[in-house]
Amino acid sequence: METISTNKEKRSTKLRLVLKKQEDWLKKVEEISGQNVFACYQCGKCSAGCPMSAEMDLLPNQVIRLLQLGAVEPLLNCRTIWLCASCFTCTARCPKGVSLTRLMEGVRLAIFRTRKSDEISPKEMVKETLPQIALIGALRKLTA
Amino acid sequence: MEIAYFPGCTLKTTAKKLEDSALAVADALDINLKELPNWTCCGTVYSLAEDDLMRQVAPIRTLARTEALGYSTLTTLCSVCYNTLAQANLFVKADSIRLEKINNFMDEEPDYKGNVEVKHFLTILQELGTEKLKSAVKKDLSGLKVACYYGCLLLRPQSVGIDDCEQPYILENIMQALGTKPVFFPYQVECCGSYHTAVKPEIVARRVYRILENARENGANLVVTSCPLCYFNLKNRQKEIKKLYPGFKPMPIFYFTEIMTDAFGLTKTLENI
Amino acid sequence: MRIGVFICHCGKNIAGVLDIKRLVEEAAKLKDVAYATDYVYLCSEPGQKEIQQKIKELELTHVVIAACSPKMHATTFARAVEEVGLNPYLLEIANIREQCSWVHHDAPEEATEKALEIIRAAVAKVSLAKPLAPITVPLTRKVLVIGGGIAGIQAALDIANGGFEVYLVERSPSLGGHMAQLSETFPTLDCSSCILTPRMVEVARHPNIHLFTYAEVKNVEGIVGQYKVTIEQKPRYVDPDKCTGCGDCAEACPVIVPNEFDQGLGARKAVYVPFPQAVPLVYTIDLEHCLNTKRLIVCEQCYHACGPKAINYLMEPKEIEIEVGAIVLATGYDLLPLEALKEYGGGIYPDVLSGLEFERLLSASGPTGGIVRRPSDGKIPKRVVFIQCAGSRDPEHGCPYCSKICCMYTAKHALLYKHAVPDGEAYVFYIDVRAAGKRYEEFVQRVMEEERIVYLRGKVSKVFQRKDKLVVWGVDTLSGMAVEIEADMVVLATAIVPSKNTADLAKLLKAPIDEFGFLNEVHPKLRPVESSAMGIYLAGAAQAPKDIPDTVSQASAAASKVLGLFSQEELSLEPIKAEVNLENCDGCAYCVDVCPFDAITLVVEEDGHKHVEVKKALCQGCGCCMATCPKEGINVAGFTLNQLKAQIHALLKEDEDD
Repeated sequence: METISTNKEKRSTKLRLVLKKQEDWLKKVEEISGQNVFACYQCGKCSAGCPMSAEMDLLPNQVIRLLQLGAVEPLLNCRTIWLCASCFTCTARCPKGVSLTRLMEGVRLAIFRTRKSDEISPKEMVKETLPQIALIGALRKLTA
Repeated sequence: MEIAYFPGCTLKTTAKKLEDSALAVADALDINLKELPNWTCCGTVYSLAEDDLMRQVAPIRTLARTEALGYSTLTTLCSVCYNTLAQANLFVKADSIRLEKINNFMDEEPDYKGNVEVKHFLTILQELGTEKLKSAVKKDLSGLKVACYYGCLLLRPQSVGIDDCEQPYILENIMQALGTKPVFFPYQVECCGSYHTAVKPEIVARRVYRILENARENGANLVVTSCPLCYFNLKNRQKEIKKLYPGFKPMPIFYFTEIMTDAFGLTKTLENI
Repeated sequence: MRIGVFICHCGKNIAGVLDIKRLVEEAAKLKDVAYATDYVYLCSEPGQKEIQQKIKELELTHVVIAACSPKMHATTFARAVEEVGLNPYLLEIANIREQCSWVHHDAPEEATEKALEIIRAAVAKVSLAKPLAPITVPLTRKVLVIGGGIAGIQAALDIANGGFEVYLVERSPSLGGHMAQLSETFPTLDCSSCILTPRMVEVARHPNIHLFTYAEVKNVEGIVGQYKVTIEQKPRYVDPDKCTGCGDCAEACPVIVPNEFDQGLGARKAVYVPFPQAVPLVYTIDLEHCLNTKRLIVCEQCYHACGPKAINYLMEPKEIEIEVGAIVLATGYDLLPLEALKEYGGGIYPDVLSGLEFERLLSASGPTGGIVRRPSDGKIPKRVVFIQCAGSRDPEHGCPYCSKICCMYTAKHALLYKHAVPDGEAYVFYIDVRAAGKRYEEFVQRVMEEERIVYLRGKVSKVFQRKDKLVVWGVDTLSGMAVEIEADMVVLATAIVPSKNTADLAKLLKAPIDEFGFLNEVHPKLRPVESSAMGIYLAGAAQAPKDIPDTVSQASAAASKVLGLFSQEELSLEPIKAEVNLENCDGCAYCVDVCPFDAITLVVEEDGHKHVEVKKALCQGCGCCMATCPKEGINVAGFTLNQLKAQIHALLKEDEDD
């Protein structure tokens, strides 16, 4: 058995979560995404098939778990939600019909709508001729 | 029957090869494509927010114009355009109130009534049938072992998918009809990293490495795709792959339509590999 | 007329929502109500006593009990009023729990108003009620058991041992069902055939059991007590009276086909017995694969090989008519086809197997003689991945329900694999381990501890072939790691679905099924082995996924229900039946067409006068006739048009004359 992780950055070492359920935030994410996070029974199939999981600091199922717990802080600081490329693999395979793809977008938008600042700056983009869909896609997903 | 054709921005620039070859294919097969006269951006990457109708205006405007011109079918070549237009179409068809709001917002446009079907060019070829394709083949391509790469947006979400999202066969079917040998290719539905190519090319390089190595270990001597973004990632990120994995050998990448024009004797794209 | 109204608190179930005091006050004011009261639990012994006492003391002539659904306690209360001499059909239940307090707990005031309306309607209805007496019909004390797996075997033996005749019909050529395919059984690891085959033999030898294998139930008519059943005996093309089971025919047969009993992993001939211990041990020619057809005989190898001359290519299907009083449905299960699980390459990769296929590989009598080998290349797999919930608990791609047995058989598979391949590795992907059963949890613990099997908590997302390995992409949510395993074999615990034809059979018997096609019981807790179609009893996985102990228990329970029914000489039926009003009926016969039970016939008298007639035994009191009749010429006793009208007027708070 081999575990795959090319993730160089260390995960946050906090091992106890002080739970303060942030219902408003959760509601907002559910409203934007049209999903019920409690429909998820944490089987982890999303994480098992996510093409980006090797790059992530939180596994996709952990994103839903944190939403279920109403624990917003770890989500605000994670890289995972910005690495999700909306490929819909998790949604296609989810046994419960939960669209994690939409929830990820919900978290991103909830962050954008509150902090109104971008995740990336156009300066960080590669200096080469890109297809417009790559350029606009990145800006749409990663800027407010 | 005349079918409305929506090119989208990328087809006119970096993916010109896709448009040229696809139009030549359509011509050879008597598929009557008519480019929409006043198309605008599709919206690029479908908005996944339930509460943000603004993001749906661009694709619905295109659908409204298509409908007003009397077309019932709109075809696209770009996976991103296809996915955005098709999902937006379902989104408004499912809820007349949303549609009304968007129509009211675009009061300078004709109202969209929901009567346009968005079809990817691949679906049109599938409906045409493989016999027709076979009869157009002029060149023997039986030596080609082709890995058919679908990426995400042609297949997922399933509501707009053009084929089974786990075991698709639509590209293989066409490639087989051309006389090539499609190879087994389980990574064909694995995401290439998409727009991250603009910011984190190394992530895309790692993804593409796995995809291309999977094609290679299954005996492919080239990879075909239909998506301009996948095409760019699969082809252009090979230079980054070479840096990360020095043993990596280049893999030729083509649009599926380029193989078709070669097979039909219209081009000689493959002669260079 | 003196109506008594009794209102139940049902603890807090009703009283926690409704204003009981107000209900009693208002009920007392209703027309003809002589007495109204409330009680904390009317269904309890003192509650029933209270009702009985008041009936006697106040000379009540009719009773309304406002409580839970009549499905729950109508019989309880009917018995109680009957004991003090009140005809039970002068009792009406007003359902103020399921139809009121439970569903309107957030609006207590409106709910109280609604409860009052329900009570008012019940009072209006009961005030027009007439005393009715049960009707008796003949009872044929023989039973039909459909399905020859362990459920059918157990039910048949129990009933036969109780002294009644049993007809056991099995579709395949042998008794045994899926249990015969299993290697060993959890948690005791008994050899499945060793405990099953003696039972199969017992069935075949039992003087009270008529066994029909390779046969199907074609038609069923009639009702409880008197079913007429047509069984079709498919032709075996081998005379069962002459066949000695020697197998010379199979040896001679040139046609080799996959053996269904080995889930297609082994081969059989076109003339075959499914497995060596088959009961009856009679060979069958499978005409679908035999070189001969109905019209053309091109091969006579088996005919010439057969010593006792048992082969007969001209055999025809035979119809057998029987009469029975009750039917036990034990039609079992199938597995969700592997092809449904595309992300796991089910049906595409030969080494991705179902649990039943793996059973055959483990079985000493299986196609590999109990040596676990890969179907693709015959190699012994050194690393096996087991995936639980493959299609179960997956409303999007399979079934929403838990298939119940997979946690246990997967643990057993992992253990048996380790015993068979001691240097092999086994990994189990699970979401939850459900091991509720006697010595089940201990068994799973033993597998983890003693066999050192790694359980990974998470669902696999994708399986694909890489060279001669199967790559498994899973996750271990406990460590928070995505996992990749290169396995030699993958075993999917595919979901359990009702066996094919269960739905058709259920339709024939008018036995309800649920949304997944499993047979429905009358009440999930209190009447779990009866169908709501009277006289039909349920056993085994046809009702819901079940393991062997549960199946055997349910089969015995179904048998005891049949024996209970057969303890009577004739059958007493509820008098809720259609009655013809000869003054109004003019024989238009609209009702004849709509009756779902063919209980109504048109009679033409000698003088040309026409009217309909009801066969009481067939009538189920559904009321289709009453609703169709334009002349009020037919009424269901206990639910007459007048009673229903009164009920509706009361609900609408109208006087009936309005």
